Amino acid sequence: MAGRLKLGAQVLALALVTGLFVLLVWKLASQDEGASRKLERGERPMAPAFALDRLDKPGKLELAAYRGRPVIVNFWASWCVPCKEEAPVLESVWSRHRDQGLVVLGVDINDLRSDARRFARENNMSYPLGFDGIGETSTDYGLTGVPETFFVARSGRLVCERIQAGVHLDENRDRFDECVQEVLSA
Amino acid sequence: MRFVAVIVAALAFAGTASAACPTVADLEGKFICPTCKTTLDQSDAPAARRIKAYLAERVEACASEEQIEDELVAQFGPAVLAAPPREGFHWLAWLLPLAGLLGAAGVISVLVWRWSRSRPQLATADSNGRRELDPELERRLDRELARFDSD
Repeated sequence: MAGRLKLGAQVLALALVTGLFVLLVWKLASQDEGASRKLERGERPMAPAFALDRLDKPGKLELAAYRGRPVIVNFWASWCVPCKEEAPVLESVWSRHRDQGLVVLGVDINDLRSDARRFARENNMSYPLGFDGIGETSTDYGLTGVPETFFVARSGRLVCERIQAGVHLDENRDRFDECVQEVLSA
Repeated sequence: MRFVAVIVAALAFAGTASAACPTVADLEGKFICPTCKTTLDQSDAPAARRIKAYLAERVEACASEEQIEDELVAQFGPAVLAAPPREGFHWLAWLLPLAGLLGAAGVISVLVWRWSRSRPQLATADSNGRRELDPELERRLDRELARFDSD
C-alpha cells in the first residue's frame, strides 16, 4: 500500500514537471519575436495587421485598407516627449507626399484615450490615428519604446528599417528621409 | 442640542463619503503600469505617472473603485489589473494556488501520520487505557531505581 502510494506520488510529480517543461517549450516556440527583429536581420516581413479604434473620428483604422499604398506607421503616446517633437515632421511628410499616395498612420499605445485626443489636437496631427491602449501592436511589431517608425511598402511588406526615437533628431533625420524615398519607390 | 445634531450628521456624512471614495494610495497597488509591468506604486515611468494623475482626478471626483477599474480596463484591457478579476477563466488563477496549498498540506499530513505510526512503540496502553512500558525498559527502570535506593 505504502509502496503504491509512493509510486503514485512520484508519477504525479514527474507528470507535473514534464507538463511545466512542455508548457515552457511551447511558450518559447510560439513567442513571436516581432517584425522588427526580422527587419534587422535583413528580411522583408509582412507588416503585422491591425484594426484599431480611431482616435480622430469614429470607425476603425485598418492597415489592410491601405494595401497598395506606401505607408509610414508611427507609434506614439501622449506622455512621450519626443513624440511631441517629431509630430510636425510626420505631418509635413504626409502633406508633402500625399499626392503620391503616401499615408502616415499614427498608432497611440499604452495611453489614455482622452490624453491622446488632446495631444493630437494640440499638435495638429491630421493624419489617421488609431488607439491601442493595451499595446497589442507593440508586441507584434517588437517595439522597445516610443516613438518608433516603420515603413510599409505597397506590397504590405516592411522595408528600409525601423527608426527608434524621434524622426526629427539629427541622427535620424537623413535615414528617415531615405526611408521615405525607399517606401515611395518600393 | 441642534448644534450637536448637526455635528453628528456632518460626521456621519463624512464617514459615509470617505468609505465610498477610495484613495490614490489604495488604488496604486491594484493597477499595473502598461509599459514597465510593475504596479503603479513601484513605477515612475511616464505612463505610470499619467495613470496616477488620472486616478487622482477620479478619486477627487469620488468615483468608486469598481468604476475606476472598469474605466482603466476599457482603456488598457484586463492586463492593467494587478490581480486577475474573479470571473470566468480568471478564477483558475485564484483557485489553482489554493488547490496546490491544500494538496501539499494533505500530502504532508499523510507523511507525518505515516511517520508517527512507523516509530517504535516504547509504551502500550492496557485495557484500562493505562500506559504500559516495554518489558525491557521496565526491567531497566527497576534496576536503575534499585541502584538509586541502595545509594
